[in-house]
Amino acid sequence: MKTISTNVSRRGFMKRSALAGGGLLIGFNLFEACKPTAEPPIDLASLDYSEFNAFIEIAENGAVTIYSPNPEIGQGVKTSMPMIIAEELEVPWDMVLVKQGVLDNVNYTRQVAGGSQSIRHGWDALRKTGATARQMLVNAAAAQWNVDASRCTAEQGVVKHLDSDQELGYGALVNAAAKLEIPEEVSLKSPAEYKIIGKDAINVDLDHIVTGKPLFGLDYKAEGMRIASVKRPPAFGLKLKSFDAKQAEGVQGVEEVLQFGDKIAVIAKDTYTAMKAKNMIKAEYEEGTPLESSSDHSAELDKILNGKKFEVKREDGNVEKAFAEADQVIERTYSSPFLPHNCMEPMNFYADVTEDKVHLVGPIQTPAWTANRVATLLKRKPEDIHLEMTRMGGGFGRRLYGDFALEAAEVSSLAKKPVKVVFSREDDMEDGIYRMAIKYRIKAGIKDGKLTAYHLKEAAVNSNMYDLIPNFFPAGAIENYKVETGNYQSNITTGAWRAPYTNFLASAEQSFFDELAEAMGQDPIEMRMQLLDKVKNNEAANVEYSAERMQKVIEMAVEKSGWGKKEKGIYQGFVNYYCHNTHVAEVADVEVVNGRAELKKITCVVDCGIVINPTGAKNQVEGGVIDGIGHSMYGDFGFDKGAPLANNFDRYRLIRMREAPKVEVHFIENELSPTGLGEPALPPAGGALANALYAVSGKRLYSQPFVDHPEAFIPQSKPVIG
Amino acid sequence: MEIKVNGQMHTVDVDPDTPVLWVLRDHLNLVGTKFGCGIAQCGACTIHLDGNAIRSCSLPIGQVQGEITTIEGLSENGDHPVQEAWKSLDVPQCGYCQAGQMMTASAFLEKNPNPTDEEIRNVMHGNICRCATYNRIEKAVRLAADNS
Repeated sequence: MKTISTNVSRRGFMKRSALAGGGLLIGFNLFEACKPTAEPPIDLASLDYSEFNAFIEIAENGAVTIYSPNPEIGQGVKTSMPMIIAEELEVPWDMVLVKQGVLDNVNYTRQVAGGSQSIRHGWDALRKTGATARQMLVNAAAAQWNVDASRCTAEQGVVKHLDSDQELGYGALVNAAAKLEIPEEVSLKSPAEYKIIGKDAINVDLDHIVTGKPLFGLDYKAEGMRIASVKRPPAFGLKLKSFDAKQAEGVQGVEEVLQFGDKIAVIAKDTYTAMKAKNMIKAEYEEGTPLESSSDHSAELDKILNGKKFEVKREDGNVEKAFAEADQVIERTYSSPFLPHNCMEPMNFYADVTEDKVHLVGPIQTPAWTANRVATLLKRKPEDIHLEMTRMGGGFGRRLYGDFALEAAEVSSLAKKPVKVVFSREDDMEDGIYRMAIKYRIKAGIKDGKLTAYHLKEAAVNSNMYDLIPNFFPAGAIENYKVETGNYQSNITTGAWRAPYTNFLASAEQSFFDELAEAMGQDPIEMRMQLLDKVKNNEAANVEYSAERMQKVIEMAVEKSGWGKKEKGIYQGFVNYYCHNTHVAEVADVEVVNGRAELKKITCVVDCGIVINPTGAKNQVEGGVIDGIGHSMYGDFGFDKGAPLANNFDRYRLIRMREAPKVEVHFIENELSPTGLGEPALPPAGGALANALYAVSGKRLYSQPFVDHPEAFIPQSKPVIG
Repeated sequence: MEIKVNGQMHTVDVDPDTPVLWVLRDHLNLVGTKFGCGIAQCGACTIHLDGNAIRSCSLPIGQVQGEITTIEGLSENGDHPVQEAWKSLDVPQCGYCQAGQMMTASAFLEKNPNPTDEEIRNVMHGNICRCATYNRIEKAVRLAADNS
């Protein structure tokens, strides 16, 4: 048995105790930066997650419950993180019950769903936690049999003595194990020994989802709970001047109408009454800050691209000199509008603010940060705030912000009642924290058939996408390379949206690559492989991605998609990308049906290291690719004098069944640590489609949404490729 | 107002203009039917009215004549062929829209037990899944049709 030793106690992130009703409870802090000093409770009802953010409970009958710490937004960590613990604990997966950890508080670092990092950060800690519990059970058995622990093994919830036929189930050992010290060293399994990791495990909430059990924030109910519907200014830049709520107050079931800041909350006994009454409020607004329109944003972004006010993010060589010496210079500008998140479950949060405590319940990607902000808002001590997370009907970045939880806390505090703030779809789309509108200008120099210079400028509303990723592909592959960013400050609220740094960048750059390959007379695959060869041979490349891993995903995508070998009538587009520590390559297959190009299939190859749960992982990739295609095709959101131009699905188009391509997913098999998966398949997908459409129509796509460019879907009489 | 849901009669004290969605969720404690858009565009609130798939967010209780079935009443033990198919293919990601998806699919298969792939795609086109689990939804409807 090949094992890896690792020192546990030095980390100080685990404590154990005997449960009041019998059994063993191990509290651990998933993220080792934290140094809890407290003991875990001996009574399950008092699990408060203030020192530990996750727990393993082993009952006297051998049943294992894992309290999963991270927020579940549909990315599958409520299933995959406990799988890792159960693997090292060495118990059958079907004996494990998973419960969502409650949590909040300030003592842990990363109880966050965002950046595709839950598994990557938790990998070592989760394995050590499971292995430590297993070792304690083995030690308890060895002590009982008076034998050497190294002569005992654990297998599927039973400890066995190798030199006799003695064996004991975990349940019979837990009370003794609870009295033992945490072992100094534990061994981790090698991937070849895995029984749970790498096998399909269906979503742990699946039974509840398919039978309609309460799971989500919107489903949460509490004694005496009222519903608040909030009227917010109808345009960015407007301030509330005055309002008349007489008609709303007269609706049966409305209890109170109250103002907080520029917002007006209607508190009613039920949701429909609150929403109906809110729409009866007559409010007057005045201009506080400028009322901006999409045409203003577009002009401001152009002004940035045409100007000189940039921040340099990376500069290699001298791009200007290389452009001057180039045989050919190609410059293109790509643009994308604002995007709302449109989680299917509209924003909502429950708050009960009393003199004793503040009880918050709801769907939130950032429980700790939000709890602290509520404490600051209400001038309360952080320990007064108790926050419970529910399952989330989608997140995509929107539920990082917690503005809805702050509203609920404020309204409950003013009304002195337990209140759930519920957004209508219109509220959700009009009061968003949008993906910013962006433009990229990319310029490349070609000399002697080779790419010699690459200069990318980013102009974005409020904040730049490019900020944290200067060493992504193609950095390191081109001698003269420069990335610069600039932004325009607007009063439109913007923020993270699934794959925040790259969700439009990857699509734009990968379309540009296709154009460069054509200009150089190269096959797009050959061009990328050569660029990656240059990175491998460049010791000073200073890049975050792995050129070797990138080449492997490209090679597999070529093979699996039948690149260049498709029958007549299928047009293909190629992309590759690296983000969230994961490498992907995608090939789009487009077919002409009734004279118009239709996307039929995307083949996606992913290197995310060890795949914990293949069915969940594939689901993430399938959804990520279709999400990327959907927003490239249809995502279109803008403003007229500060007011959103769409506020529901009648005027805002999301991809639907008939438009969704088949997604074929392949994972590179290796034994490397797992990396992000919720996001990396999304960013380049639009580029794959754009490149395939070019093969059909000979038209390049420079702005999203693609649906605004019908000419790109019509085959030219003599197709370019295919 | 009186309303028959999942075989049981209920009396609720609401205005006749109250959408069935909110009667189910807020008054009858049946929260499996989801609120998504409120204007019959996303399908998250789909229920059966006498076996027909209908958007409960845009159906005032005062206009209901007939029997309502919700996801909670689709089967007694969560073993309707559609539910079984959803489980065996591990369809959901966030799971929020899936009750509506299953209600659309189950009403459709009742009337058309042997659909073509195109018919499946057409009928499911009305239900949005923001996580984009469309490939699995399509496969699950096919599997449910094959198994029933």
